[in-house]
Amino acid sequence: MFKLAKFAKSTLFVATTCFVIGSAVAQNSSTRFPGIGRVATPAEVAAWDIDVRPDFKGLPKGSGSVEQGQKLWESKCSVCHGTFGESNEIFTPIIGGTSADDIKTGRVASLSDRKQPQRTTIMKVATVSSLWDYIYRAMPWNAPRSLTPDDTFALVAYLLSMAEVVPDDFVLSNTNIAEVQKRMPNRNGMTLKHGMWNSKGTPDVHATACMHNCVQFVQIGSELPDYARNAQGNIAEQNRQYGPFRGSDSTKPPLAKLPGAAGEGLAHASETHAISKGPAALFKSENCTACHAMNSKLVGPSVADIASKYQGQSGALDKLMAKVKNGGSGVWGAIPMPPQAQLSEEDRKTLVTWVLSGGK
Amino acid sequence: MSDPKRRGQIQQAPENFLSQDLIADLNQNGMDDTRRGFMRNGFMAALGGAVGLGASMNVLASAEGDPAILEKQVWQTTLGKNVATMPYGAPSIYEANLIRRESPGLTRVSAASVAFTPLQGLFGIITPNGLHFERQHQGWYNIDPEKHRLMVNGLVKHNRVFTMNDLMRLPSVSRIHFIECGANTGLEWGNVAVPTVQYTHGMLSCCEFTGVPLAALLEECGADLKQGKYLLAEGGDGSGMTRTINLSDVLNEAIVAWGMNGEMLRPENGFPLRLVVPGVQGVSWVKWLRRLEVGDMPYATKDEAVHYNDLMPDGMARQYTSIQECKSVITTPSGGQQLLDKGFYNVSGLAWSGRGKVKRVDVSFDGGNNWKTARLETPVLSKALTRFNIDWVWDGSPAILQSRAIDDTGYVQPSIKLLRDVRGTRSIYHNNAIQSWKVGTNGEVSNVQVG
Repeated sequence: MFKLAKFAKSTLFVATTCFVIGSAVAQNSSTRFPGIGRVATPAEVAAWDIDVRPDFKGLPKGSGSVEQGQKLWESKCSVCHGTFGESNEIFTPIIGGTSADDIKTGRVASLSDRKQPQRTTIMKVATVSSLWDYIYRAMPWNAPRSLTPDDTFALVAYLLSMAEVVPDDFVLSNTNIAEVQKRMPNRNGMTLKHGMWNSKGTPDVHATACMHNCVQFVQIGSELPDYARNAQGNIAEQNRQYGPFRGSDSTKPPLAKLPGAAGEGLAHASETHAISKGPAALFKSENCTACHAMNSKLVGPSVADIASKYQGQSGALDKLMAKVKNGGSGVWGAIPMPPQAQLSEEDRKTLVTWVLSGGK
Repeated sequence: MSDPKRRGQIQQAPENFLSQDLIADLNQNGMDDTRRGFMRNGFMAALGGAVGLGASMNVLASAEGDPAILEKQVWQTTLGKNVATMPYGAPSIYEANLIRRESPGLTRVSAASVAFTPLQGLFGIITPNGLHFERQHQGWYNIDPEKHRLMVNGLVKHNRVFTMNDLMRLPSVSRIHFIECGANTGLEWGNVAVPTVQYTHGMLSCCEFTGVPLAALLEECGADLKQGKYLLAEGGDGSGMTRTINLSDVLNEAIVAWGMNGEMLRPENGFPLRLVVPGVQGVSWVKWLRRLEVGDMPYATKDEAVHYNDLMPDGMARQYTSIQECKSVITTPSGGQQLLDKGFYNVSGLAWSGRGKVKRVDVSFDGGNNWKTARLETPVLSKALTRFNIDWVWDGSPAILQSRAIDDTGYVQPSIKLLRDVRGTRSIYHNNAIQSWKVGTNGEVSNVQVG
C-alpha cells in the first residue's frame, strides 16, 4: 500500500525548515501531509517517554533501599499483594517458587518440576527492567503514576530481597541494576525460537486433514464437571429464547428426554427480560467493585464490614455521603478512598444507604 | 393446551378427531359456527390423548389454525412508536439475553477483567459494537477526544504529536479483521472448564476498522525502519498498557484506527484511538493509543514478560508469541444449547487465521471419525472471521460435533491432543484446538474434549 520511506527527500526538507521549539504550531516537516501534526517539545517527550527497556535505556537516575521499599510496600502494595508478595487474593502472587540454585542457573526449576502450585511473577520474569517499568507506570493499582523513580527503585529492591536475589541491606540504583539482572532467577528461561512471532513463522504442530475413518475409537477425555453446569449463571438466560437453539436451564438437572411439544426445561422469554437496576447495579456501574467486594476485603473494606462498623450510628449516612464525595483515608488502613465527585447527590445517597444496609 | 413456545409451527392434526356423522354433515351442508364448534371440541378431545402418547407428535394448535395468524395482534391494530424514539437505537427487548458477560470467579476485580462476546447468538462475521468483547487492565474511561494526543518518538527524524483532528484529516482505510485475545480458550488447556461458546471462545470479535495506515503515519514522521524493527505501542489508561509490535512483519497491514463498524470506537474498546494489528493477539491492539516509539529491540514489557508467553513442558517459555493460528468453532448448536426436536438443522460456525485466509472448513458429526466440507459464506477475507454452514439431519442419537479449519498456508487446525503433545498442559495462551460439542439423546449440547 505505502512504499516506505524515501527519506532523502524529507531529510532535505527538514534541513531547510525552521522549527519553533515549544510553539504549539511548530512547522510540519512532511511533504505528504502538510499542516498535520507538530513537533513534540522535549518536555512533552520526557513526560510520556517513560518506558525502560531490557538494556535499561530509558531508566532514570535514582536509587532506593530494601528498607525504604518495605515501608512503601506495606503502605501502598501489601493490601493487594500480601506483606511478602505472596497473596493470591486479588492478583496472582509475585514472590515464591524460586531458589538459590535458580539464581545460579538462570532457570527456575519449579517451572518444569511442577512442585509449585502457582506460577509467581518472580518465577516467570526474565528481565528486571520489566518489573521496574511496570511498577513505575501502573502501580499502585488505584493510583497509577504516583511513584517517584526512587520509590520504584526501593520497591523493586524490596521485591528482589524477598526473592533473595539481593541481600536485605541492598540499595538498588541505576548504576547497579545491570549487575542485578545477572542474578534474575529466570533470566535464561525465555526463548524467541518459535514460529509465532511473525506471520510467516513455522507452526509447531502439523495436523492432517483426514476425511474418512480417521479414528478407530472416539473417546471422551474430559466433560464439564457437574458443579460447573450452573457456575456461569443460568444458560437459558444467555441464549435467544426463540429459534432453533435455546439455552438449557442449568439451574436444573439435564432433561430426561427431548423437550418436544411439552417444552419442559425451556426458559420463558418473559422470565428473563428484566434489566437489573437499583443500588447493586449502581455499585457495579460506578466501579465501586474495583476496590470493594460484598463480603471480603479487597483494596478497601467489604460492604459487610462497613455496614457492621456503622450499624445503628446516627449521622452515618451524612458522614459517609461526604466521604464518598470528597474521599478519605485512615479508617480502614493506609490506602485512601479517592473522591467520587462524579456521582449525583441522589446516587450517592442510594449507594451509601445500600452499603449501610449491608447490600440488602 | 397448545404450547406457546411451539406456536409458529404448523402441526398435523391428530387423526379421527371428527366423527363420521360430522364429516357427512360438513360434506352436505358446509361450515357454520355450530359445526365449527363441534370441530373444535372434537379436536381438543383428540389432542388430549395425543399429547399423552408422545411429545414428538405433531398437533395443530387449533382446528382453524395458528392464533398468531388468526388473531389480530396489537402491533397490527394500534399506532406504533415515533421515529427517533430511540435516537441511537437498541436491540429488541427480545434480544436482552445476548449480552457481554463476565465469567464469575475468573478475576476478583472487574476493572481488570474480561467480558465475553455471545458468539452463540451472532450471525455472519461482524460483531455488533455493543457486543465486542472487553478486556480491561486497569479500568476504562471515556477519554475526551479533544484532549487525546498521539506522540510518535524514538527512531524518527523528529518526535511528533498529533491530535484527533490531525489524524482524522489523513487518508483513511477501512478493513475487516478479527481480534482474538491470546488467552481465548485458555480456560480449556487442561480440561473442560466452562459450559458455553461464549466463555470458551468469546474473547473474539470481528469489525470493520477505519483509520490511517500505520506505515503512512511512520513515514510521515521519518521513521528509521532499517534500524527500527520494533514498535512500542502505549495506551493512555491507568495500566499505560505497552506492547512490542514486530514492525517488520505487520507494517503493511496495521492501522491507527478510530472507526469501528461505521461509528467511532466504543470507549471500552479504546475510544478515541486504538492500534489494529491484523492476525496478532488482541493485547497488541493497544487501546487509547497515545504513544508509538520506534526502537531497535523488543521492550519486554510486563504483559510480554510475565503474561502472554507459552510455558513449554521443559520449563522454557516462548516469549513474544503473537500470531493467532488457524482456528474454528461451531457456534450453533454449541455448549449449553438445547435442540428442540429431531430433524433438520443448519449447523453454523466461525473460522479464522492470523496468517491469512481460511481455505476450507470440515465438520464432523461423529467425534472426528468422518468429515464433510462445509460451505464458506462470503466474504472470505484475510485475517477476518469466515462464516461456515453445513446441513445436518439429527436422528436423535448421540453425536459429537467438531469443526476443523485449514488456512491458505496449508496449516490444519489441530486436535487438543496434538497440541498438548507439543506444548504440554500448563499453557494458558494460544489454544487453537478443535472444539467438540456433544449432543445427547435429550437434545442438550455440552462441552467435551475428545482424546
